[in-house]
Amino acid sequence: MELIVQGIVKAFELLISFDPEVLGITWLSLKISGTATFISLFFGVSIGTTVALTTFPGKRLVISLINTGMGLPPVVVGLFVTIMIWRSGPLGFLEILYTPYAMIIAQAIIATPIVMGISLASIQNLPPNLRLQILSLGASRMQMVWVLIKESKLPLLAAVMAGFGGVISEVGASIMVGGNIKGYSRVLTTATVMETGKGNFDIAIALGIILLILAFLVNLLLTHIQQRQQLR
Amino acid sequence: MNHILTVQNLLVRRGGVTVLDIEQMSVETSRILALIGPNGAGKSTLLLTMAGLLKPDRGGILYRGVAVDTSARRSEMRKSVSVVFQEPLLLNTSVYKNVALGLKFRHLTNGDIRKNVEDALAYFGISPLAKRSAKTLSGGEAKRVSLARAFALKPELILLDEAFNSLDPPTRETLIDDLRHILEETKITAVLALHDREETLRLAQDVVVLADGGMIQSGTTAQVFNRPASEFVAGFVGTETILEGTVQMNRDNLLEIAVGDKMLEAVGDFAPGQTVFCCVRPENITVSADPLKKVSARNVFEAKIQKIVRQAFFYKMILDCGFPVVAYITVSSCEDLGLCEGTSVTVSFKATAVHVMARDH
Amino acid sequence: MMKMFKNSKTVAVLIAAFLLFALGASDVLAAKTEPKQKNIILATTTSTQDSGLLDVLIPIFEKETGYFVKTIAVGSGQAMAMGQKGEADVLLVHSPDAEKKFMAEGNGVNRRLVMHNDFIIVGPPADPARIKGLKSSAEALKTIAKAGALFSSRGDNSGTHAKEKTLWKQTGISPAGQKWYQETGLGMGQTLSIAAEKKGYTLADRGTYLALKKNLGLDILVEGDAALLNIYHVIEINSAKWPKVNADGGKAFADFMVSKKTQGIIKTFGVDKFGSPLFFPDAGKKVEDLGK
Repeated sequence: MELIVQGIVKAFELLISFDPEVLGITWLSLKISGTATFISLFFGVSIGTTVALTTFPGKRLVISLINTGMGLPPVVVGLFVTIMIWRSGPLGFLEILYTPYAMIIAQAIIATPIVMGISLASIQNLPPNLRLQILSLGASRMQMVWVLIKESKLPLLAAVMAGFGGVISEVGASIMVGGNIKGYSRVLTTATVMETGKGNFDIAIALGIILLILAFLVNLLLTHIQQRQQLR
Repeated sequence: MNHILTVQNLLVRRGGVTVLDIEQMSVETSRILALIGPNGAGKSTLLLTMAGLLKPDRGGILYRGVAVDTSARRSEMRKSVSVVFQEPLLLNTSVYKNVALGLKFRHLTNGDIRKNVEDALAYFGISPLAKRSAKTLSGGEAKRVSLARAFALKPELILLDEAFNSLDPPTRETLIDDLRHILEETKITAVLALHDREETLRLAQDVVVLADGGMIQSGTTAQVFNRPASEFVAGFVGTETILEGTVQMNRDNLLEIAVGDKMLEAVGDFAPGQTVFCCVRPENITVSADPLKKVSARNVFEAKIQKIVRQAFFYKMILDCGFPVVAYITVSSCEDLGLCEGTSVTVSFKATAVHVMARDH
Repeated sequence: MMKMFKNSKTVAVLIAAFLLFALGASDVLAAKTEPKQKNIILATTTSTQDSGLLDVLIPIFEKETGYFVKTIAVGSGQAMAMGQKGEADVLLVHSPDAEKKFMAEGNGVNRRLVMHNDFIIVGPPADPARIKGLKSSAEALKTIAKAGALFSSRGDNSGTHAKEKTLWKQTGISPAGQKWYQETGLGMGQTLSIAAEKKGYTLADRGTYLALKKNLGLDILVEGDAALLNIYHVIEINSAKWPKVNADGGKAFADFMVSKKTQGIIKTFGVDKFGSPLFFPDAGKKVEDLGK
């Protein structure tokens, strides 16, 4: 119990003193997971919406695959990405193993099915005639899709938050493809594991608390956008 | 006589089943056409095809004489056609933004959009609702907004699919009246899928009867309602008095038809011995408290009032003349004549009001 | 402030601009634009990294040479596996038997002695197995086995684990599968915590033990046996076998580790924090000459 208190105190100290290493780690966590979430937002919403709105043979199979992807074990993703991008791998020439780029890629792979699956379900949940109604008002396909996406703002933002939550807290893949290199690819989660391994529990708890605060602030912003009423 | 839209050789199949099969159907410009028929008849499918939202398996539509057979042409046609569905299908935003939606797709200036939206809101009497969130509207208000949204686009043709279904009677009444006025004023052609007879009678000038994907009858409202082409149509259009009888005599197309042990007079071209249906609309039946002196009506019967049912604006009266007859009588008449269940009265209707059809099968 | 967020377009633009700025301004981009040769992948062990020595040495090396060192801290086993596949440029490990095999297979060149520290056997102050003061570490392990006292092993093919297995071999006892022998599969710090929690014995490197000592509650019970020496070598990966390896970089790092200046830093590392140095520099010496 007192360990947790020690951790909270330590967290305070680190934050108040603007400890540069901790700030750097926090900033990097935000950048990497933020970029990965952005990528997943783009691919997830576009593909999820397309699958929801079109009919094609094998649609149900595709949806099952997407839903399965939502539960992809991150560490398995990390393993596959590592094998792809290490020197002897097919993408080895890119030389992105042990870089933040690799972490962004792995996290994007983890988050995209989540955003995709929830987008798919939320578009499917709209009244079936809404699509026709919007088309009949003279919308082009793109305009129609955009209106439907805006109409699903609530669940779509929940999808983004789910995706972001999944990757900001991810550690297995991040260690594997990032290497936890100090000042370069070390983020809050990987640093927490390292400090725990060293036995520095107070620092580990402090980092954990900072991670929670970071996640909370981001979700606060996203929730505000989600719950805002559009009335103008 | 201008046909804004013609349906030709139309075939729509869904899941291996033929949903719609119509050889020829026309919509006349600036008139109001009702599509009526039971559920599953294909009314919605027909409307979607007419709206350019559904690609048929065979045949298609001509809009202003031009075949609409490519998706480009369909998109083009959609610019002149507005659709209103049964559900209001409003977006989660303000009423103003909802009504402006179609206009925004056309990239009009904000000024133009404002003018069109305000006009449309005024037409349907919902200007004060402009800033309200669509989620907070009542059923009737939401329906008006979706109508305003369709009208804001100043379409040439407007299609309504069971537009009044989810509304309570008083709301429906006012809305139907308002709609009729607006259509008359703007001269916009309208096609409505309806399954309420009263709405059809009040709104439509032309009627098409659909059943099982096929067109059974088309014509003006008067034609279809007074001269239904089959028993099915008769039942559907609400000819409540349908009597089976045998033609006894045909003299110069004036028929004598035996119904039970009574004799009916009608006009038509049927041979003696033929079994027919005689249809009389309730509005065409007159009830008299005193025995009648000489009247031109050729069908006069003694009857007893069996049941009186209050409708919205009148009484529906079921009488026994030896055969059942349904009449619509105004409330005032009822009260003036002191009519109530059990009263003996005289029923009369003209021979020309009797519509005779051959028996189906 | 909230008024700014009323317009969804503004928010979207703000977020996009924010991220673009962040990415643009970051050194992430900077690092990527440097040519390939600048990156050196150093595979080493978690205990080496946890000691903090590299946190001191690597910045000095980077400043001097302009190389960017990616320190990948894993177990010795994995580090050498990386070397075997050419996925690293240089190794800093302490698992001599495995290293010899590694070299014999032609995976590395220039295996050079860098430094050593030692292992110790630690355990609960109460010492139920009565091993305190024993001179032979193998003897101590034998005693623990006979007493059936709880022993935590790293069980992860690390250098520490390899040393432990060598010692067990000397005792002639096979501890695997026995109730009192627990393999954690974790790093040194965690294994020590687990041993402390369960009041058991474990084999640890002195450096990690010293770093965690004050919170642990474990005492040093056996030390000083020559068999407990933990010897570090630096190995450059053979670029003839793996052309993609950064041979120049690997050599530069290895040279740095055995340079006089570095060796001097190693000698004093840890003194101010723990009172005694964590490592003993040995560059140039012969392995047989090591030990107290």
